[in-house]
Amino acid sequence: MSSTALLLASLAVGPLAVAGITLLRQHPNPREGLSLAAGIALVIINLQLLNALNSGAPPSWRGPDILPGLRLELAVEPLGMLFALIASSLWLVTSVYAIGYMRGHDEKHQARFFSFFALSITCATGIAYAGNLLTLFLFYELLSLATWPLVVHAGTDRARHGGRVYLGVLLSTSILFFLPAIILTWTTSGTLTFTPGGVFSPDTPPVLIAGLLVLFVFGVGKAAMMPFHRWLPAAMVAPTPVSALLHAVAVVKAGVFSLVKIGVYIFGLEQLNAAASREVLLYLAGFTLLAASIVAMRQDNLKARLAYSTVSQLAYISLGVLLAVPGGITGSGLHIAMHAFGKITLFFCAGAIMVAAHKTEVSQLRGLGRQMPFTMGAFLIASLSIAGLPPTGGTWSKWYLMLATLEAGALLLVAALIISTLLNIVYLGLIPVRAFWPTGSESSAGQLREAPLACCLAIGITTLTCLALFLYPQPLYTLVSRIPGAGG
Amino acid sequence: MLSHIALLPVLLPLIGAPACAILRRPVFAWGFASSVAALAFLSAAILLKLTFEHGVIHYSLGGWAAPWGIEYRVDLLNALVLLLVSGIATTVLVASRTSVWHDIAENRRGLFYVACLLCLAGMLGIAATGDAFNLFVFLEISSLSTYALVACGRDRRALLAAFNYLVMGTIGATFILIGIGFVYMLTGTLNMTDLAQRLPGLGESRTVFAAYAFIVVGVCLKLALFPLHLWLPGAYTHAPAIVTAFLAATSTKVALYVLIRFSFSVFHLESSRLALSLEAVFITLGIVAVFAGSLVAIFADNLKRGLAWSSIAQVGYMTIGIGIGTAAGLQASLIHLFNHALMKGTLFLALAAIAIQVGGNEFSKLRGIGRRMPWSCAAFTVAGISLIGIPGTAGFVSKWYLVTAALAGEQWFLVLLIVAGSLLTAVYIWRFVEIAWLDSAPEKATGGDGEAPSVLLAATLMLALANIYFGFDTRLQVSASGGAAAALLGEAAQ
Repeated sequence: MSSTALLLASLAVGPLAVAGITLLRQHPNPREGLSLAAGIALVIINLQLLNALNSGAPPSWRGPDILPGLRLELAVEPLGMLFALIASSLWLVTSVYAIGYMRGHDEKHQARFFSFFALSITCATGIAYAGNLLTLFLFYELLSLATWPLVVHAGTDRARHGGRVYLGVLLSTSILFFLPAIILTWTTSGTLTFTPGGVFSPDTPPVLIAGLLVLFVFGVGKAAMMPFHRWLPAAMVAPTPVSALLHAVAVVKAGVFSLVKIGVYIFGLEQLNAAASREVLLYLAGFTLLAASIVAMRQDNLKARLAYSTVSQLAYISLGVLLAVPGGITGSGLHIAMHAFGKITLFFCAGAIMVAAHKTEVSQLRGLGRQMPFTMGAFLIASLSIAGLPPTGGTWSKWYLMLATLEAGALLLVAALIISTLLNIVYLGLIPVRAFWPTGSESSAGQLREAPLACCLAIGITTLTCLALFLYPQPLYTLVSRIPGAGG
Repeated sequence: MLSHIALLPVLLPLIGAPACAILRRPVFAWGFASSVAALAFLSAAILLKLTFEHGVIHYSLGGWAAPWGIEYRVDLLNALVLLLVSGIATTVLVASRTSVWHDIAENRRGLFYVACLLCLAGMLGIAATGDAFNLFVFLEISSLSTYALVACGRDRRALLAAFNYLVMGTIGATFILIGIGFVYMLTGTLNMTDLAQRLPGLGESRTVFAAYAFIVVGVCLKLALFPLHLWLPGAYTHAPAIVTAFLAATSTKVALYVLIRFSFSVFHLESSRLALSLEAVFITLGIVAVFAGSLVAIFADNLKRGLAWSSIAQVGYMTIGIGIGTAAGLQASLIHLFNHALMKGTLFLALAAIAIQVGGNEFSKLRGIGRRMPWSCAAFTVAGISLIGIPGTAGFVSKWYLVTAALAGEQWFLVLLIVAGSLLTAVYIWRFVEIAWLDSAPEKATGGDGEAPSVLLAATLMLALANIYFGFDTRLQVSASGGAAAALLGEAAQ
């Protein structure tokens, strides 16, 4: 298959899977087999695309004009490749997990669930391979819509309320800020194609650049920069596999990915560095990562705590872009990957606890380590990765982000990063420690009761990846360092 | 010889209407009316192609040369409106059978189709003619038949709604007639091209302004521009479902055409001293319409009424485009005219299908409707998403051009208001989506079960797909509206 056909095939996998799932909706086993097959197919396609990228001939595709001079464009570049690989491989793992979870939890409407799941991943792939802002925006908006049925899956009043906040914030930010920013970019520079070094000519009025940066940072609501972060905790009413894949990986990473992409390919580091509003936004990112950590400390609901932790970690990535130094881009790119594997493990564990022990609050987890040693062990390793401690992959991304912050000379932010890391250890790391701590009352120290095998398998894979990325970060680093402007 | 075709879209339904009255069986009337509309559509399509290739097409009625005789003058703008109106009419009429059978007593069905054809003839006549008085005549033809169509509604409130519409519509038509009378008095001609050449010579006299004012107010009544919209919610809510789908997608569009034609071709709004204040009026009223209409739509208990208010809001967007006053603004307005017809056509046709199954469009009856009528509700959802302006749909193209036009005019505040308006749209569309797809159906489901009748469903789905298609292939709307806008402002600049 030619590489362009592969690129288009990566977008066709999802819709084909949906058609198959709909046809097989009465037969759970073949239906879920199909989900897995689609996952495998997508991973293979993405690996082929990686090969093509490595061989120096990145595939691209241009559609017919939609508006005069403006068309759908797809192009493979290192950053998008990274995001697509993460999203597709974790989709596969999550499909394994979801089969165990949805059956163990006896959820309804499973065919609908798996269909929209596949569509969401297609949208994420579209975002990853978007060759211009219009294409990115198209898939960005579709991703919001395609994930809404997953968020409200339970159909309860609480789920609906969560769904309204979710869609409300995401659509508001994208329509109020993102779309005007895109159109303004188009009328100013005459192109929306992602161009290394940026699209704006040097004589663009600085005030326009500054304004556009603000519009983009707030417009990409999926990056969950405060004060537009409320949708992420609201999305936690969704079944856990959704929270795991979409609200720790695909959707939120689509947000920060878009920010990195816009920073590198629309502004370019030079223009970004010169933008007057950059400093303010940078400190807002610093504030977000600290404030979200503090809020997370106070959450007793495990998923809510993880959600706020995600808000905080996303702010690290936004911060990395806004530093506008090469090391920051490297750190952000790496953190997109490292956080994805760490956070998805944490969500898997939260779901496993819910399925096996029916517990959702942090305060109920004391002593659970006896019951679920494997899950809690994985939780500990993933927490370390999120905090950025060895022997996990998270070490490297935090390392680069810290170096970049030092390089940019923002000492206040260095302090924020350190404090936030300490808070991370407290609000995530203490959970498994307490779970293994002897409780005194021996009644709860019952027999081993782990989650279904499929769930444990998924947890095992992502946990091992967290560890492996500490020893072998090289492939990721090579990919990230090829992003224009990255270095360090 | 070629120019004869300019007359065809008007002539076919005009002759078809009395012929239709002869047919005794309603089902024949339905078939006949649909085929007449389809032929009109075909000739409109050819006409559009010809105007793309040859420019303006002139046709002198009865061989009397303009400006003495009545002239039909079709340029890109006319052709686009003709195509749109006849296309929607064809789709709606073909789809109409089950819904009309459900809404209208048997002895009236044949006459119903006669009124439909008359209404269509009137609207196409307005869009094709180059003569101001002829335009007024066609306006009355379409209006009178519309009153009759609205009054056909299932419950007696339709009569009151039709009467309201009749009073307001007649006032509007009278205003237009007074305006046309003034300019005739001043210039001694009724031909629009002729008028356009003579009016500037008169300077900026008060009579000219008064004439223009009368015409604008009259047309805005027909257009239902806030605050002249009062007839619309009632008429749309209580009219038969099919009539609402037909009117919502065509009638305000034709009125908008008249407004644009008189403002830019006849009176040269551009070069007039009035321009600035009028542009401000159009923008202000447009914004108020967008917000007032959307807010009322959010709180409506009846979805059909909610969508009627949404139409008022969408008309607001179109007048904002006119108010921006540049070629880009005018083009945005025309693109939205086209796209909005697709959206509202789909939405109201889906509602017609739903009304057959559950006996109404109140939200209380729509609970869980998505499970029972998945395809109709999917079509509604797609058109709703298009109305919001999500990329990948026709609505996005509208929004893109409107925002671009506002940006080019450096009207930053306007940009914010335009995009904020689409958020309000999202609120009332999502209210339906939640109720239709998430609620479980009430225990005692009233009326029949299952999907809409196949023809109606096919038409609805086709229009829904058109919303997506014209979101990706925008050549038709963009090039036709671009050419039309350039021609209108080019004329004005002379």
